Amino acid sequence: MVGCYGKLPEEKVFKDPVHRYIHVRDELIWALVGTREFQRLRRIRQLGTTYLTFHGAEHTRFNHSLGVYEIMRRMLDNFEESDTWDARERLICLASALLHDVGHGPFSHSFEKVFHMDHEAWTRQIILGDTEIHRVLAGVDDQFAQDVADVIDKTYPNKLVVSLISSQIDADRMDYLQRDAFYTGVSYGHFDMERILRVMRPTEDQAVIKLSGMHAVEDYIMSRYQMYWQVYFHPVTRSAEVILSRILHRAKKLYHDGYQFQDEPKHFYSLFHGSMTLSDYLKLDESVIMFYFQIWQEETDPILSDLCQRFLDRRLFKYVECDPSTQMNHWLELRDLFVQAEIDPEYYFIIDSSSDLPYDFYRPGEEEERLPIHLLMPGGEFRELSRESDVVEAISGKKRTDHKLYFPLDLLEDDRTHADTKKKILTLLMSQEG
Amino acid sequence: MLQDHAKLLTLIRQAGEVVGRKKLQKLVYIAKKMNLPIYERYQFHIYGPYSEELTLRIEEMCNLGFLHEQQEAKSNYIQYRYSLSEEGDKFLSMAPYERPKHQELIETLNEQSAKFLELVSTVLYFEELSKAEVKEKVFTLKRKQNYTDEDVERAYDFIEEIRTGNKGA
Repeated sequence: MVGCYGKLPEEKVFKDPVHRYIHVRDELIWALVGTREFQRLRRIRQLGTTYLTFHGAEHTRFNHSLGVYEIMRRMLDNFEESDTWDARERLICLASALLHDVGHGPFSHSFEKVFHMDHEAWTRQIILGDTEIHRVLAGVDDQFAQDVADVIDKTYPNKLVVSLISSQIDADRMDYLQRDAFYTGVSYGHFDMERILRVMRPTEDQAVIKLSGMHAVEDYIMSRYQMYWQVYFHPVTRSAEVILSRILHRAKKLYHDGYQFQDEPKHFYSLFHGSMTLSDYLKLDESVIMFYFQIWQEETDPILSDLCQRFLDRRLFKYVECDPSTQMNHWLELRDLFVQAEIDPEYYFIIDSSSDLPYDFYRPGEEEERLPIHLLMPGGEFRELSRESDVVEAISGKKRTDHKLYFPLDLLEDDRTHADTKKKILTLLMSQEG
Repeated sequence: MLQDHAKLLTLIRQAGEVVGRKKLQKLVYIAKKMNLPIYERYQFHIYGPYSEELTLRIEEMCNLGFLHEQQEAKSNYIQYRYSLSEEGDKFLSMAPYERPKHQELIETLNEQSAKFLELVSTVLYFEELSKAEVKEKVFTLKRKQNYTDEDVERAYDFIEEIRTGNKGA
């Protein structure tokens, strides 16, 4: 028993397409899964707008969170063969893995950008605030919820525990790479996780990989690299994100300008005011957001209505590759032409940078800001992965940034108004790719 | 258009040259905590608050030629130096955005050592805790940096100074 929690009388399992089965033996984990804040994750997609590009990508934060928990459980089982883990520390690892994303909201990425929010701060509030999750965690002991929050916040004193959930080879990434590959249907993203787990060895600050497992880790790094460009950076998904964030900007602006919405967007008020409470936040999920997008299609504001129709009907913006270092002059000219054509550039002429996207690449040690992946050499010393692996070294040095210019081709091709200006815009846009 | 890029470029122009990636990370974080309109997201890492978004943005601006990145081999690591290039300057002169006026704050931050900025940013990260709790966090999480009680007090004084100096900026 740890606090008031022991083992379940019978193991529970969730059938899972990625890990086959997710095994739950601890009463604490079972109780956490049943809380309303955790169940809310069923209504938040893991990959936001990616379903508009890869129609299978409808999986949710709920699936992913269970997957991260399962990988953590397997890691700990493997470690226990060589190491003894304190029962409380083990539960901290499992609970942190399960709850690491509990603060994500609907379309988190766009919401965080537009309203300057941070899902990690919400995760902390959910764990420490007046919630079912907090009451379940408090059943272990008074300090337990704080410890789980600290692990997720990466400020927990035991660095090994933190690194299992958040490092360059952790339970979180190992689940989302495989899960996102499975649900999008792409053939990248696969690697031999069982092998990686078998060659992982716990040390004081992080888990390291036995040299014999290097090739399995190379595969993991390669799949991360490919998923980045083929799925996470997909230009169509980025187009949908651009429209989504413009909808949010427009709705916020209209509200502050005193616009009378046909149906009051009550769920958004505290967001618009920057005074969102935990209770308001927990009421937001994707079904609520999609409801508003549905009714905003009928709004009298032509921009809000058009953007919502585009998002729901998947009439997305087209794009051209662009280079800010040589094309800034053209952009200023293009902006003026958009204004002349009565197409508001604030909403219809958008430059999107890869650095606006949330996914990360493998980085070898750079003044040690982030712990790199270390290999455990036969003599017992550690070596950074890219120093041993030619494959990893080759992709670590690649240029990893790009810029795209998004615009509504259909509006520009409509020559009933401002035909000459639009023609000029199209000529300039097509010259961007050079 | 690329306003977040323009803000960072302005900040680096105000600093002149920033030596070290760690220093750049902490300088931007502290500036953000002093209410400069910087929206890169930070998380706590080994050396305190760290932003992957900032790392990627800087990499992007180096690829675009807006920033000079010079590498210097030190005994067991590589040190990076960042400064604005002519292209970066040209970009800034055309970018339509409101330039924040925080030259003095940025210069003051850039005069400090990376190790001290690491401590200041860590104190700011935990600023909602009591001073005693912050000290405990610093001494536990930053064990290897060997910060003393006086160092932490100095960090608090420094924060007070820049907050006061920053008022109404």
